[in-house]
Amino acid sequence: MDEIKRLTLPLSQEVIDSLRAGDKVELTGVIYTGRDAAHKRLVELLKNNQPLPIDVNGGGIYYVGPTPAKPGRAIGSCGPTSSYRMDPFVEPLLKQGLKVMIGKGPRSKELRELLKQYHAVYLSAIGGAAAAISESVTKCDLICYEDLGAEAIYRLEVKGFFGIVTYDTVGNDLFDEGIKKYKKI
Amino acid sequence: MREIKVSLIEEKVEQMLLDACENIPENVLCRLRRAKEEEESSLGQEVIQRIIDNDLLAREKHLPICQDTGVVVCFVEVGYDVHFDGDLYEAINRGVEKAYVGGYLRKSVVRHPLDRVNTKNNTPAIVHVKLVPGDKVKIEVAPKGGGSENMSLVKMLIPADGVEGVKKLVLDTVFNGGGKPCPPVIVGIGLGGNLEKSALLAKESLMREIDDVNPDPILANLEKELYEEINKLGVGPMGFGGSVTCLAVKINAYPCHIASLPVAINIQCHAARHKSCIL
Repeated sequence: MDEIKRLTLPLSQEVIDSLRAGDKVELTGVIYTGRDAAHKRLVELLKNNQPLPIDVNGGGIYYVGPTPAKPGRAIGSCGPTSSYRMDPFVEPLLKQGLKVMIGKGPRSKELRELLKQYHAVYLSAIGGAAAAISESVTKCDLICYEDLGAEAIYRLEVKGFFGIVTYDTVGNDLFDEGIKKYKKI
Repeated sequence: MREIKVSLIEEKVEQMLLDACENIPENVLCRLRRAKEEEESSLGQEVIQRIIDNDLLAREKHLPICQDTGVVVCFVEVGYDVHFDGDLYEAINRGVEKAYVGGYLRKSVVRHPLDRVNTKNNTPAIVHVKLVPGDKVKIEVAPKGGGSENMSLVKMLIPADGVEGVKKLVLDTVFNGGGKPCPPVIVGIGLGGNLEKSALLAKESLMREIDDVNPDPILANLEKELYEEINKLGVGPMGFGGSVTCLAVKINAYPCHIASLPVAINIQCHAARHKSCIL
């Protein structure tokens, strides 16, 4: 197993720019959850020149809708959801300073260009490894949009949260590189 | 006539869903272990190992394998000689509600595709009932996640497209899905019937055991060919590149119109959860 970079959130621009597709990281600090319905609301707020309920400046959003926490646990199972569905909402958040997105699966070409433009990164968590991922969340607090259930926005404190840098700030794409290497037909 | 209490159906549905969401079937786990040996990419191997570790942890600590505990798909075979003492569909939905609300599972159903208000109890289930000879009831439940379902499709090919057209459609669909449906996946294919029948066949094919062999030699051969070709696509575990993109291919078929060759492709993620019981 390659070396894992242990990083503390929020990441400095220098650290973000130094990450390369394929790097394995373990994150410690605060990230916010958000998926389809929450993103729609966040972007509507920005359209109406209203403040966001979370500080994304320099921060990260994890695309996840967890299961309810069982007694004695900080959070339920919490693996990533497919990131491409959030692509239409990303640019206004990048303008607010969003730097790290965590999810799973490939995203649009436009999104990859935006990451270069705004110097932000996309990390993958392991899809379906939701019980294991919950072990790296130490605290989970509801921030807003409780009516959305699992789609509400939560503030997560994470410790050693595993991710793989997938799109970096210079346009490298781990999916394209990997698939080219192993494609035989 | 045999009387079956719907309260028993409710109880069984609840139990099976709780079981399915936390306990990966042993044959899926075995298949994942073999996949790790077969995978050529070291990152791919690590991804599969993390998936296996997750599935074991979920089992040990009674946690859902995946946060997407799905929309409940329920296949019920009802013997002609069975009488229920109440509403079968309501009983199934009560079982779903009990499992999801009481069992710390995620509620992933919205009441309308456009207004998108969460029903907060994961109902309604999608229920398919079939009448069969006898006085038994077979219930099969599958919590089906959205990520892999979104990478599925139905296409009406024409007879001239033939088996090559079917194969091309399957390979293109799996390749275009890339890492989105959480590979390594199981590819369920419905061939023939008509528009809705093909989709149902594809879903039914995913209810088969991962290690079974198709009794139809033509389909068994096509499953094998597609399995080998899909694993040459290079998508790999979670789409990071590799030689294990699918764990299995399942094809169910039905007669069809002389003008048509309907093909449905239903993708199942590696968390292949389903349970069944016979009453």
